[in-house]
Amino acid sequence: MPEIVFRTEGITKVYQTGEVKVFALAGVDLSLYAGEMAVLLGPSGSGKSTLLNILGGLDRATTGRVWFRGKELTDLPDRGLTRYRRDHVGFVFQFYNLVPSLTARENVQLVTDVSHDPMPAEEALAMVDLADRLDHFPSEMSGGEQQRVAIARAIAKRPEILLCDEPTGALDSKTGIQVLQVLEEINRRFGTTTVIITHNADIQRMAHRVIQFQDGKISSVHTNDTRMSAEELVW
Amino acid sequence: MMQALDRKLLRDFGRLWKQALAIAMVLACGVTTLLGGLGTYNSLSDTRDTYYERNRFADVFTTVKRAPDRLAAELAELDGVWAVETRTTGYAVLDVPGSSVSVTGQIISLPDDGAPRLNVPIINSGRLPHPDATGGVMVNTNFAEANALRIGDHFFANLNGQKRRLTITGTAQSPEFIYTIGPGALLPNNATFGILWMPQAAVNAAFDMTGAFNDVTLKLAASAQEADVIDSVDRLLDPYGSLGAVGREFQISDAFISSEITQQRVMASILPPIFFGISAFLVSMVMGRIIALERSQIGLLKAVGYSDLEICLHYLLLAALIAVGGILIGWAGGTWLARDMARQYAQYFDFPFLIFSTSGWAYGASAIAALLTTTLGAANAAVRAARLAPAIAMQPPAPPNFKRSLIDRAMAAMRLSQPTVMILRSLLRWPLRSGLTLLGIALAVSTIVSPSFFQPSLDKIIDSAFYESNRQDGMLVMSHDMPLSVTEAAVDLPAVLSSEGQQFHPVVLRNGIHEKRTSIQANPPGTDLSRVIDSTGAQVDVPPGGVVLTDGLAAHLDVGPGDTVEATFLGDRKETHALMVTDTIAQYFGIGAYMDLDDVNALLRQSPRISTINVSLNDADIDALHAELKDIPNLTSVVMMTDARRSFSETIEQNIGIINTIYITIGLLITIGVTYNGARIQLSERSRELASLRILGFTRSEVSYILIGETMLLAVLAQPLGWYIGMVIATGMFTSFSSDLYNLPLVVSPAVFAKASLIVLIASFASVMVVRRRLDKQDLVSVMKVRE
Repeated sequence: MPEIVFRTEGITKVYQTGEVKVFALAGVDLSLYAGEMAVLLGPSGSGKSTLLNILGGLDRATTGRVWFRGKELTDLPDRGLTRYRRDHVGFVFQFYNLVPSLTARENVQLVTDVSHDPMPAEEALAMVDLADRLDHFPSEMSGGEQQRVAIARAIAKRPEILLCDEPTGALDSKTGIQVLQVLEEINRRFGTTTVIITHNADIQRMAHRVIQFQDGKISSVHTNDTRMSAEELVW
Repeated sequence: MMQALDRKLLRDFGRLWKQALAIAMVLACGVTTLLGGLGTYNSLSDTRDTYYERNRFADVFTTVKRAPDRLAAELAELDGVWAVETRTTGYAVLDVPGSSVSVTGQIISLPDDGAPRLNVPIINSGRLPHPDATGGVMVNTNFAEANALRIGDHFFANLNGQKRRLTITGTAQSPEFIYTIGPGALLPNNATFGILWMPQAAVNAAFDMTGAFNDVTLKLAASAQEADVIDSVDRLLDPYGSLGAVGREFQISDAFISSEITQQRVMASILPPIFFGISAFLVSMVMGRIIALERSQIGLLKAVGYSDLEICLHYLLLAALIAVGGILIGWAGGTWLARDMARQYAQYFDFPFLIFSTSGWAYGASAIAALLTTTLGAANAAVRAARLAPAIAMQPPAPPNFKRSLIDRAMAAMRLSQPTVMILRSLLRWPLRSGLTLLGIALAVSTIVSPSFFQPSLDKIIDSAFYESNRQDGMLVMSHDMPLSVTEAAVDLPAVLSSEGQQFHPVVLRNGIHEKRTSIQANPPGTDLSRVIDSTGAQVDVPPGGVVLTDGLAAHLDVGPGDTVEATFLGDRKETHALMVTDTIAQYFGIGAYMDLDDVNALLRQSPRISTINVSLNDADIDALHAELKDIPNLTSVVMMTDARRSFSETIEQNIGIINTIYITIGLLITIGVTYNGARIQLSERSRELASLRILGFTRSEVSYILIGETMLLAVLAQPLGWYIGMVIATGMFTSFSSDLYNLPLVVSPAVFAKASLIVLIASFASVMVVRRRLDKQDLVSVMKVRE
């Protein structure tokens, strides 16, 4: 049995947006294992992103507990969560979240500047096949390229876990598959625990495990006996 | 190597440069006025103090009618006196070759053994006249330069009725005459008034003062109490016709410099806080918007592990970059201002050197003030950025919380158009921001309004002093009281059309614990040239036994019409009489008191006499008059009022022109800073909303109306507040500028308000129109696609 990276116990999350109360998570118990690629599936508002944010230390659970390698995240102060994100987690977002005033290289350096043992920004960008776009600003790149910069930024710190929130959501299928290939390659080469949120059901076929969400709860967990490579996917 | 976050900082700054510049310019005004004010204040006061100390400027001054030389030793023995200098001084009309006008000289005796011990002149060229020589004279350098006189040149002086030829042996400056103003003059004029240092023997012979002196200056020991020394000096000298000893505050030159130095301190404490306050507001407004726009970037920075402190510092540094811009521009401006002020002072004040203390700490203090200002302004936004929870930051912000209120019902009842409702609702939704924008624009208005009051006020002063009260063309000042008959004799002089006599008496007026040293001007009733005018413009005749006081003097003595004041006449006859205050009048030059001429003569039991003759003149024969005046005995000085009026008006016009230009520029910078930034922020907040309206079929101008309307509505509402603040500032400035020498009335003129409002409204409109161009260029589709 591989090592458990994340463990959650009965976590709930209540959001207050304006005057509306939203129950985003309603009791989630989950374990994620070292080196696995997990896909979280589910309709909008089912709680996937909320869980990912809590796992990544971007947000806190309203109730329940979360452990990262035996260390309880729920107890950490803000400073501790910052430290945790800085040292262990890489994020990829649907809308890339690049800083528009920085070039591809500089966007990656934003992370390498504050990491312990990062790879050079150029190397990270070469891994996502952008060695020739180092000095381009986000506005000068296509969506797929921007997302690959975001992935380079996430992996440059050599994180133990990679959390991807709808990484292909804003991309056409061809560029989407290119991005998934990069994620697959990183998961394989570095053994980085990778969690991908999507509501594209086709993507589940490349995962080790598929975790289905419904109304803030896990409705099913399913292990793929045979995985497809990203290259083989079609949607 | 530069960190990626620092690059973001620099690029953001580069992108925001127009907004940053608009703020930096306002901040620069603060730095400029602080640096310029502090710099001028420090250099003036340091220069004065150093000059006084090096050249042993006296602490106590008095004049007497005639006191024997032996009293000098007794004065030196008095407790608290460190050094004494007794001198003979007097005025004389000079005949300077090449000068067609009458020139007045103040003659000061030099001790037999050489240079004076106190008020030591700095010899700029040549030497002191030989103690035994009767025709040698040292003059003040400015006088020599203004009249193109060199060492060895000569001129004539009418000394106590004798015309003497004097040869210049040297030129000098003195701490006693930094501000050199002739008797009766309103502004220094080096061409018509000079200081003449002559050997004691020669002066004493000329003024019939051998073995005696009429002027005393004293330097006190460090521990001495000035008031005690003054009392003992007065006790000693009273029998000799003393006019009463006074401290430096009554020494004319020092009074002018001190009042100037005080004004600088006031300016340095009023203006910079206004600019810094507006800058802080602008910074907070702009930073607040930047942080709203960069929400998701902040979320990202947090997600990748930047700490709250790093993010907070990042945004504070952005504000600090704006401050650095403002500081650099302000330093350049302040250095220029201090230099320019110093150059202007060199015109009026005769300093042998100027100590520039602008260096070091004033630069440091202004920079720290500017940095603190922007940091304070940015602090709230930066802390908010640091506190944003990363998961929340990455989501679009919740829509602003509009609530229905009474005002909404009122708007509905008025059937306002939706764009108008949008404007009003947005103003009410952010009342603090709307209020501060309004205040910012109001301050811009007040910046233009407050100095604009100088013009109508000075017009009022000039009108009152020159065309209502003092209508004479010239004043002939006699060396001592003369019989009334000389008034009639004056009509026989060339160019003189009419003449009126007048008497001036130094007095101390008292009411209980309040007292003031001034002089009483005594006129015959019904004079036409020099008149006492009340606030309605009617001529006031002072009834026998009564005295009329200027408002300032009455306030100082705490008396009003019907009250009694005690008047101690100084000089020959030291007598105290009770006088009834019959009226108080508004007057802007000096703090005068007025009596009836016959009444004064009767009160002092003296034959009818006068000390000054006022004349009206026929311009055609003026040269002949000047030629004749040079030879008239007992004439001390001649004041040509026509020239005084002209030079006063010209100087004032020029200075007011400069001041108004500077303040209008500052007002424009504030207006642009506030309205441009306000409109940019509004556009950025509302770009989707406005684009939606365009898509729904609103025209460009209908959409612009919302953008322009909000700013212009605030600008219009700000006007009355701006007028009010302007008046408050003007009142403060005028009160602080007013002294015994002159006071400024606040004349409220609608034109002042109209001009300021016009300037600010046009500038606001222009600033918003610049932003509107961006609105016109907006690509509707891309704006709608942008994710908040």
